[in-house]
Amino acid sequence: MPQANIAKQYIMSILTTQQLSIGYSKKGKTTIVQSELDLQLIGGELVCLIGPNGSGKSTLVRSLCGLQNPLSGNVFIEGQDVSKISTAERALLIALVLTDKVEIENTTVEDVVAFGRHPYSNWWGNTSDEDVIRVKDAIEMVHLKKHQFKLLNELSDGEHQRVMIAKALAQDTPIILLDEPTAHLDLPNRVEIMMLLHRLAHDTGKAILMSTHELDLALQAADRIWLMNDDQKGVITGIPEDLVFNGSFNRTFESKSYFFNASNGNFSFNYPLTKKVWVTGDKTRLYWTLRALARAGFKVVQDAEISIEMTNSNWKIQDEVFYTIEELLAKLTRL
Amino acid sequence: MLNRRLITFLALSFVTVVFFLSDLALGSIHISLREIISVIFGKGAGGINSEILLNFRLPKAITAVLAGISLSVAGLLMQTLFRNPLADPYILGVSSGAGLGVALITMASAFIPAAVTGSGWAMILAAVAGGSLVLLLVVGVSFRVQSAVSLLIVGIMFGTIAGSLISVLQNYSNPDAIKLFVMWTFGSLSAVTWTYLQALVPVVMLGLGLSFFLKKRLDGLLLGENYARSLGISIPQTRFLIVIAAGLLAGGITAFAGPIAFVGVAVPHIARGVFRTSSHKILLPATMLCGALLLLICDIITQIPTYTLPINTVSALFGAPIIIWIILKKK
Repeated sequence: MPQANIAKQYIMSILTTQQLSIGYSKKGKTTIVQSELDLQLIGGELVCLIGPNGSGKSTLVRSLCGLQNPLSGNVFIEGQDVSKISTAERALLIALVLTDKVEIENTTVEDVVAFGRHPYSNWWGNTSDEDVIRVKDAIEMVHLKKHQFKLLNELSDGEHQRVMIAKALAQDTPIILLDEPTAHLDLPNRVEIMMLLHRLAHDTGKAILMSTHELDLALQAADRIWLMNDDQKGVITGIPEDLVFNGSFNRTFESKSYFFNASNGNFSFNYPLTKKVWVTGDKTRLYWTLRALARAGFKVVQDAEISIEMTNSNWKIQDEVFYTIEELLAKLTRL
Repeated sequence: MLNRRLITFLALSFVTVVFFLSDLALGSIHISLREIISVIFGKGAGGINSEILLNFRLPKAITAVLAGISLSVAGLLMQTLFRNPLADPYILGVSSGAGLGVALITMASAFIPAAVTGSGWAMILAAVAGGSLVLLLVVGVSFRVQSAVSLLIVGIMFGTIAGSLISVLQNYSNPDAIKLFVMWTFGSLSAVTWTYLQALVPVVMLGLGLSFFLKKRLDGLLLGENYARSLGISIPQTRFLIVIAAGLLAGGITAFAGPIAFVGVAVPHIARGVFRTSSHKILLPATMLCGALLLLICDIITQIPTYTLPINTVSALFGAPIIIWIILKKK
């Protein structure tokens, strides 16, 4: 990369880590989770942090926001070293959405979002006109206006998570970090939250980093991926599609029982394929037919003895017609 | 919403004043309201009734109010800090520590000069020393222990150790000394004279002032310690200050009036239920009011029989059903 580009990126980046080593130190025994990380967060981007369990996603999130001290190296936010500023100053730079359960009796959505204004008020917690406006805006941004006065325990899990995001927005920080915000949510809510975060990053110019297990959703929603490898192999960053093409996903999630399917961004089961079959004809049914065949242990090769012809309504082996995959598989196992 | 709360607050204040006056009026000798007012405003001075009022009932009623306020606010602080609805000042081992101090004075008196054990101040100083010692240990641990739950368990363990030491002392004591100690554990509001009040009031005021100073941080802690920290609240410092405030309030009252159980755990729940809020801006004054009222009621009940019941027994009779109700409601 030319020097000018690096300099430009450095200026734009809101968060920068330098030779950051993360892990735990207990009773003189140090466990390094990841070391020598040089990472950057850029304003207006949604970054998804993904990686296998135990690779250190939560440790990285906790280290970036100062909930945990790094073993060595530095985290800079807008030029300030995170470990050298006070908790109160940090609250003006990073807002958090955590997996911690928040249950407060008799407390409305508005009350919880207003917690985001704590870093700006005096010791008694008086609210200014600006606080009121920021809270109102944050609630509107996550589409919870009609639930504004609802009690926290009356909300669904998805709405609850949106409240916590609104709280982070009200905190008015250049960075929002989210630790697995889509855990415990059903698919529609997971998609909703991802879309929301993507839109918020672009609309507000904030740098938003979220850790997640949702690989396929992250590939669609993230502007950039931080791909964390286990065994201290570091973090690979890049545009999602670039990481697919250069095989990074496959290397990170290498396993005997599944593989990263670059054609659809999903994990596919690694079935032992002992039998051979060839498939021709109408392509609309190809994807699902191949899946069923793989599950039954069939590998698709051109010189196979059995040949299946697909039409748009059925399958044929020689002259025999099958109307369901079940019939087809039954025939294949008999052959 | 705010209006409804304000009306509730004013109504409860009025009821508290009524019960305060009733507490002065009722007892083995009935004193009329007119007499009470004239004595309080210094008009009807002299006579046996004014003597009883000024030197006995008034300090006792004031102590009831102070104890109700202090123990309830200390309970609220503990419940917020530990995010545990059943936490109360005794969890910190404050009363057990104070108890150990008193036990040493009353039961190990063979080793201590009689001049020291004889005065009321000796018992109070021993209670303060014992309570403070446990408190300092808990505060020391609070800097090393990460989770509030662990701190809770440490507090309970300190309390258990103090309790065991008391049992050991009892084993080696004569019946008279044991009785003196058991009397202290019953709790007594009437033991607090004007002289003692002069020492108790500043302690309570300091504890209350600190509690109100922590109002915003207490609200932040409702979100959990991690979220609180992300909002700029320093957890070690806040935890330290909360423990100090609760120690001053609960320790001070226990030292002067003996252990009074259940008020600390029950009253914050009553305040939350009546005022339907978790905000400490409302909860702190509401808890104070409900606590004062509850202990005044308890004190009036203690005087209904011909001989005075121990305050600790009456407050437990009120508190225990409330704890059961909380558990059933949580299900």
